[in-house]
Amino acid sequence: MSSGQGRVDVEVESKRPEAPAAKAHPNTCPGCGSHYRDDELERTLRVCPQCGHHFPVGARVRIEQLADEGSFDEEDDELRSADPLAFFDLRSYAERLAESEISTGLGDAIVCGSAAIEGTACRLAVMDFSFMGGSMGSVVGEKFVRACERSAEAGLPLVSVSASGGARMQEGILALMQLPKTVCAIDELHDGGGTLVSVLTHPTTGGVLASFASLGDVVIAEPGALMSFAGPRVVAQTTREKLPDDFGLAESNLRFGHLDAIVPRSELRPTLARLLRLFGT
Amino acid sequence: MRLRERLSKLGGMKLLRGTKLTGELARLQEQLDQLRSEPSAEDIWRSVELARHQDRPYTLDYVERIFDDFFELHGDRGRADDRALVTGLGKIDGRTVVLVGHQKGRDLKERARRNFGMAYPEGYRKGMRAMALADRHGFPLVTMIDTPGAYPGVAAEQHGQGGAIARSQAVMARLSVPTVACVIGEGGSGGAVAIAVADRVLMQENAIYSVISPEGCAAILWRDAGEARKAAAAFKPDAAHCLELGVVDAIVAEPEGGAHADPDAAATLLERGILAALEGIDALDPDERRRQRRAKYRAMGILAST
Repeated sequence: MSSGQGRVDVEVESKRPEAPAAKAHPNTCPGCGSHYRDDELERTLRVCPQCGHHFPVGARVRIEQLADEGSFDEEDDELRSADPLAFFDLRSYAERLAESEISTGLGDAIVCGSAAIEGTACRLAVMDFSFMGGSMGSVVGEKFVRACERSAEAGLPLVSVSASGGARMQEGILALMQLPKTVCAIDELHDGGGTLVSVLTHPTTGGVLASFASLGDVVIAEPGALMSFAGPRVVAQTTREKLPDDFGLAESNLRFGHLDAIVPRSELRPTLARLLRLFGT
Repeated sequence: MRLRERLSKLGGMKLLRGTKLTGELARLQEQLDQLRSEPSAEDIWRSVELARHQDRPYTLDYVERIFDDFFELHGDRGRADDRALVTGLGKIDGRTVVLVGHQKGRDLKERARRNFGMAYPEGYRKGMRAMALADRHGFPLVTMIDTPGAYPGVAAEQHGQGGAIARSQAVMARLSVPTVACVIGEGGSGGAVAIAVADRVLMQENAIYSVISPEGCAAILWRDAGEARKAAAAFKPDAAHCLELGVVDAIVAEPEGGAHADPDAAATLLERGILAALEGIDALDPDERRRQRRAKYRAMGILAST
């Protein structure tokens, strides 16, 4: 406990595991405790009408919320992760991948394609936190890079919506290499005069925040979204600092100058449409 | 298997180029032969321990031995001077080069002053300032990577740690001057790659380069930080695997027993590695060099073949 070392004191975690979070129903608002039926939440874009809490939204629903009806045309959905390290912890990476694919119906943690928002053509790259915590491995990196390349080719702006716990440990150093890979792709996109609008949703942390999510021409976030490089638990354990209540939240990031705007979900589509028109020729 | 293929392809070994110390050749060849066989879990853990060895030469130890007339540059011109990351100008082989590197401290006081080599965003901003300077004046950039990771603290987050790491990579992706990155100890995650996007990435034989610390990975996946050895064996942060996966371009040999056993010899080997790497990229047209750098990172990753 008193090691005072700079490293993460992970022993604390193993000795005093956090009290298991009460299994709240996914439709129960963690902000105010209100409970909703599915159709009620759908009508409000999965935002609590009482307190404004933004419930998590998967990639498919997000695309439905943002894109003009029927305009989304998915690409590169056939890409799948390999297991280059034959990674095995308590279970194998291959098994975790297969399970995630079955439970989410997605090939990996990002869905990309062409779309239109209020009539303006663009490309979308939307992450899904439910696929292995939205972690970025080779497939997420490759799909994001292809989205950049296709945006550049078509001369269309790219809108990314991130939701990620960071790099995917099971792909080891190759996961880390997706940071420079996506960064280089954005650089190339910008060289060709292309546009990236980055939308950060809860949570966008670690490697995704430290790469493409931070490099949009415009960076906006949903209210209450956690956007920190290191998660609150790691920071608390490493530094023994008392964390401010709004640690790493979008509101704090706006105050410190790391965000252009916080946009509530109900205004996200019209806001993106406005930006696309502003960047359009 | 892929490792062996790759190493046999390397044939004459990039590693050996410029490392012809008399009497050392045979021993180096022996080390190479060892590299040819896939490192075992014990080998990997040995690397982790050597990479973190308290006597391992740090950035300024190498600077002292490799650079002539080194002049340190301080401050990010905005807020602070982060001592966990050093920048400066010096001459290597008669030519001015810009250095950016993490810096750990050796005794308690110095460790605290250097924040254990964990930089704040201010450190990365200082780095970007030095990179811009290199670009303006056409000086090659050499970076040295040795950090457990970027500092995970409240102020670091408030000052924009994630964005600073992202932007530092973007600056490196865009540089028109030749760039060489050297992983000389711990290449810890985002804080490491922030200054490691380069034309040539070198890695010392006993350095590690990883997406997360073995302890962090063990705490998450095994729910027990004590399983760090197992975690390291699983995600393979050692130099041989990094070379096999195409993450680094060459391995720089270390003296017998590790770099700390003979810092002078380690510095000589590293200097020759840097010079050899520069030689390979010096003549390229800046646009072509940048194109090749981006193409290298474009190809990073392995997908399932379907």
